[in-house]
Amino acid sequence: MSDPVTAMKNATFTNGIAEVREIGPLGMITLRGDLNASYMRKAATNVAGVDYPEVRTCTCAGERGIAWMSPDELLLMCPYDEVSAALEKIDGAFAKQHALAANVSDARAVFQVSGPHAREVVAKLAPVDLDPQTFTPGMFRRSRLAQVPAAFWMRDEVTFQIICFRSVGQYVFDLLSQAAQPGSEVGVFGI
Amino acid sequence: MSTRLATGGRLLNKSKPVGFTFNGKQMRGYAGDTLASALLANDQMLVGRSFKYHRPRGIVAAGPEEPNALVNLGSDATFEPNARATTTPLFDGLEAASQNHWPSLEFDVGAINKHLSRFLPAGFYYKMFMYPRAFWKHVYEPVIRQSAGLGKAPKDRDQDTYEHFYGFCDVLIVGGGVAGLQAAMSAAKSGARVIVMEQTAHWGGRAPVDGGTVDGTPVDKFVDEMVASLSDMDNVTLRLNTMGAGVYDHGYALGYERLTDDQAEAAGPRHRLWRVRAAHIITATGAIERPLSFAGNDIPGVMLAASLRDYLVNYGVSAGDRTVVVTNNDNAYLTAIALKHAGLDVPLIVDARVLPQDSALMEQAKALGIRVLMGHAIASVKGGKRVTGVEVCAQAGEGAVLEEITCDAVAMSGGWSPVVHLWSHCGGKLRWDTTHACFSPDVDNPPLGADGAGFVTPAGAAAGVFALDDVLNDAHAAADGVMTTLGFKLPKGLTAPSAERREDAPMAPVWMMPQGAAIKLREKTWLDYQNDVKVSDVRLAAQEGFVSVEHAKRYTTLGMATDQGKLSNINGLATLAGALDRDIPSVGTTTFRPPYHPISLAAIAGDSKNHTFQPIRRTPMHDWHDANGAEWEPVGAWRRPYAFKQGDESTHDAVMREVTNTRNNMGLLDASTLGKIIVKGPDAGRFLDMMYTNMMSNLKVGKCRYGLMCSENGFLIDDGVVARIDEDTWLCHTTTGGAESIHGHMEEWLQTEWWDWKVYVANVTEQYAQVAVVGPNARKCLEKLGGMDVSKDALGFMEWADGTLGGFKVRIYRISFSGELSFEIAIDASQGQAFWDALMVAGNDLGVMPYGTECLHILRAEKGFIMIGDETDGTVIPQDLGLHWALSKKKDDYLGKRAQERSHMTDPARWKLVGLETVDGSTLPDGAYAVAEGENANGQRNTQGRVTSSYHSPTLGKGIAMGLVLNGPDRMGEVLTFPGVDGKEFEARICDAVFYDKEGEKQNV
Amino acid sequence: MLSPTCHACGVTAEETEFHAGGEAHLKRFGPGSSDAEFESYLFTRQNPKGVHFERWRHANGCGKWFHVARCTMTLEVFASYSAQTYAPPADVLDAIKARRPDWEMED
Repeated sequence: MSDPVTAMKNATFTNGIAEVREIGPLGMITLRGDLNASYMRKAATNVAGVDYPEVRTCTCAGERGIAWMSPDELLLMCPYDEVSAALEKIDGAFAKQHALAANVSDARAVFQVSGPHAREVVAKLAPVDLDPQTFTPGMFRRSRLAQVPAAFWMRDEVTFQIICFRSVGQYVFDLLSQAAQPGSEVGVFGI
Repeated sequence: MSTRLATGGRLLNKSKPVGFTFNGKQMRGYAGDTLASALLANDQMLVGRSFKYHRPRGIVAAGPEEPNALVNLGSDATFEPNARATTTPLFDGLEAASQNHWPSLEFDVGAINKHLSRFLPAGFYYKMFMYPRAFWKHVYEPVIRQSAGLGKAPKDRDQDTYEHFYGFCDVLIVGGGVAGLQAAMSAAKSGARVIVMEQTAHWGGRAPVDGGTVDGTPVDKFVDEMVASLSDMDNVTLRLNTMGAGVYDHGYALGYERLTDDQAEAAGPRHRLWRVRAAHIITATGAIERPLSFAGNDIPGVMLAASLRDYLVNYGVSAGDRTVVVTNNDNAYLTAIALKHAGLDVPLIVDARVLPQDSALMEQAKALGIRVLMGHAIASVKGGKRVTGVEVCAQAGEGAVLEEITCDAVAMSGGWSPVVHLWSHCGGKLRWDTTHACFSPDVDNPPLGADGAGFVTPAGAAAGVFALDDVLNDAHAAADGVMTTLGFKLPKGLTAPSAERREDAPMAPVWMMPQGAAIKLREKTWLDYQNDVKVSDVRLAAQEGFVSVEHAKRYTTLGMATDQGKLSNINGLATLAGALDRDIPSVGTTTFRPPYHPISLAAIAGDSKNHTFQPIRRTPMHDWHDANGAEWEPVGAWRRPYAFKQGDESTHDAVMREVTNTRNNMGLLDASTLGKIIVKGPDAGRFLDMMYTNMMSNLKVGKCRYGLMCSENGFLIDDGVVARIDEDTWLCHTTTGGAESIHGHMEEWLQTEWWDWKVYVANVTEQYAQVAVVGPNARKCLEKLGGMDVSKDALGFMEWADGTLGGFKVRIYRISFSGELSFEIAIDASQGQAFWDALMVAGNDLGVMPYGTECLHILRAEKGFIMIGDETDGTVIPQDLGLHWALSKKKDDYLGKRAQERSHMTDPARWKLVGLETVDGSTLPDGAYAVAEGENANGQRNTQGRVTSSYHSPTLGKGIAMGLVLNGPDRMGEVLTFPGVDGKEFEARICDAVFYDKEGEKQNV
Repeated sequence: MLSPTCHACGVTAEETEFHAGGEAHLKRFGPGSSDAEFESYLFTRQNPKGVHFERWRHANGCGKWFHVARCTMTLEVFASYSAQTYAPPADVLDAIKARRPDWEMED
């Protein structure tokens, strides 16, 4: 195997109203099953090492995290080189259960948008209320960015982490860069 | 003449002079001017020509209701036609040019139409150009096209960027006049999130021009204070230069923000489209003054009274030295008084009303020495390209001239119409207000939101409330009501500030001036300035039976110009009502549709432009293909290489080379785009048996099977190879275009029909790069990489195995869509390019070449393999394609099975798949039809089949094709005739669809 | 543009996040059914002016299907509810009746 290559080779856009960069590679595993069952809670938290998420939230610490994707789906995040071991662990835990785990680390592109205007940049592309009173760090939202599906959450007050499909990594990077172009501050959200 | 005054101009920054050009002529203005005010300041009264008669047109209004002053703006990459001078901010270097004239604005050939106007009445074009029919295309249309049309279409690519912004709030307030600001203040004090949009660059609307005091403060100071306190509130967003363009279902509204229109070199987007979702919308959109209908009311220099006042107060511009004011209400007296205060002459106020006593404003005007004639009217305006005087007559009667007054401007006011557009966009109803003779929102019938309650509330002049004190109270009450409904509480005891009251005399509706104007006057009395619709035209329409307002509108084109009837509609309706002897409310209005005022298409497109016009999906090897001669083909949103061109070779030659090389040596295909869906669970086999026409539950672990998918309608929707991964898990390959739709299709059945089945699916399409290694040397290549046994015994045809190749972790499927020895190898996408590189190196002395989708098509067609989208088109069932072997007889049910039992599906006359080979070896045109004897009921030649795929096969050295033919499989050897598009006919013989390696030996080695 | 609420994940979002899937509560007829049954299952749809039960999918979201009871005239939404039902549940019917007292469920 050679070094893993991400969709955008960690491209960055830094001279705008917010910083856009592709991060990764990151380990990502889709889990489907009964989210209330203890086998699921245990498997997810054991591997990710973070708290089990509430509905429509994401718990994360560094590269590790668990995102609530739907009533029967989680996205588990971990360092890229831990995925094989993690999958083995999960498959063991799921052996007697009706559940599914799939490696999707390479199926996604992951971006961070950061800076005081990060909320504005994302609000130009996603039909989501990103007012600081409404959308707070830890909330997880699946929606769209312009014409493609995407999911995002805020790691802190000024940093979004955005996940989209790998094949549209270039499109999403271009969208985010243009939305962050110099002179495009909106001046809302208390900035 | 119109000119800039030494004093006045509250919106100007006189320390910043600005240079601009109009029709190439250098002119000067100030920062803060609109293009319209600057043109007037430079005595450019004539700004355009009307649409039909090419009549001289001057500026009439000061806002978005302006019908005449449309110009071409900028040049090349910043060119924009049909810009409204009254809403265009002036900036240094602005280039404007007038429209709809030839050869020049001053001398226009088309103006001859005005002398023909008696012969060009309403409906003229409809009546005249009907016959002879052939004349329309060859004579009438070319001539009309030459002389018609407003702005020019831009030729260059727009250099600017545009964006959207998704806004959310409790209350959206459209309009930043005193009503909007007061509503915002009251609403904001409850803590609610408020957005206020104002279309102009200034807060306060008309109030600072019209004056008055609020709680003892001059109203302009009051506005400044309001804006200052609102700006300090975190829950309030104030946007200038942002027009509320439309109101839509469930509290959705569009705002059109103009950011850099007046800053040529500024960074950032030019326009921003606000896509707002509001719990409630308050329309504080004000009112628009109406023109009066008198002869010559279209001559440059005749303006709306309040607009003339705006130019005076806001921009320090006088429209003329001597202005006659003509009115049916008190408001126009403000213009006369303001003019007088500015030292200009007002020889006469012509007031159509007869009143028992003078109002305060009338007394004030008279005290300034202005002569007022009550019960009078203008019989006719004198002048051509410019007003020179007016003839005065009695309002009652037919217009006998009593006296003539010399003047160079006329200020007219026919009363005010509330801007009800946004109220009406989503279904708000209107009522007729007899006091003010206008339509205003019927608050009992508002547009309804998701909860079934009204979600729009009008405030201030937009609600038909005009006096300053009433406006403030109404706006506060509107906000109070809305906030209570939304569950917010206003601070206890919060009331509206109170304004000084002025007792105005009531207005009197005047729809024709003079009241009994004869036809000669009516023919010169304009309703719609831009489209040249006169009072006589509307009367003619009524006379000819166009009694519905919507029909009369289209017959006369009244209100169909770019101003969408903002000035003309009510006067037109009243004229129609008069001609029909009905009252105005019973005639009704035409429909108000968004946008309120034109917005740029680019703002609607937003980021969907240039490289982000639409998402393009790229495989992990995309860049390599691009650097190695790929000619791209769109497949769904993906880009796939159609062929890899080497040197100067043509695309066709490249495809032929790729086919031959793959058959003789070895080819690589990037198959990453194929859909890959994991289906897992105790009921997964049972589920797949429903999804596919064939049996998937009995597939052995380690094996692959080709499967067909049909819709519940019975028609083929997808195909692909299914692999059994373990006892509970299958992996389904779909077509490139089918990954998302088939994944959705599976989820839909699992969630909505068989929700008790224990199955999970996951779309892992993009997790893997997939490379097809195809050709006689394929195995040798993999053996060179080494790491796993790929011999026939270890990995037989239609089997799969996990392992490593050249150090890469891979899964190999021994499947073939080409008829050759073939391995489809899946690898993590992040390794895709490295693996591809390794294959290119390992295959270097084995004749490796990449190949594209056209080669793939030829390879599969030579083998008679069907392609979803070629052999199928949404009307084809597996039985049509001879795929009976893939229809399980053991299963009671699968999606499409019942449909395939319907009589039409079992009809033996359905066309069936066969091979076709031309008699002379040429290539059949794709999609060509085989003709049969006779004609159908429409007089068209009968058909008996069609070509579904057709290629030149370099392997066989001739054209090969597949097609669906009536009774085809029973007619082997028969020759059919296929007419081409160019009159050429092709003869093709029906044959077996498998042209190459009929026994399938090559793929099974 | 409507603003549906996804019953599965609880998000209220603009219509562009969703995909409308036609009439809800169709009963599937497969092999063994009569031509008339199959025709009505496959092709015959209600087109009421008023209360309608619809299928929606939160396509650019959690991916789940759900049902919506909606008025086709006023676009009023009465309720979002589970797609895993054969008929509108009682609380949905109550919500409709509260707003449309004269409305009766059709067979």
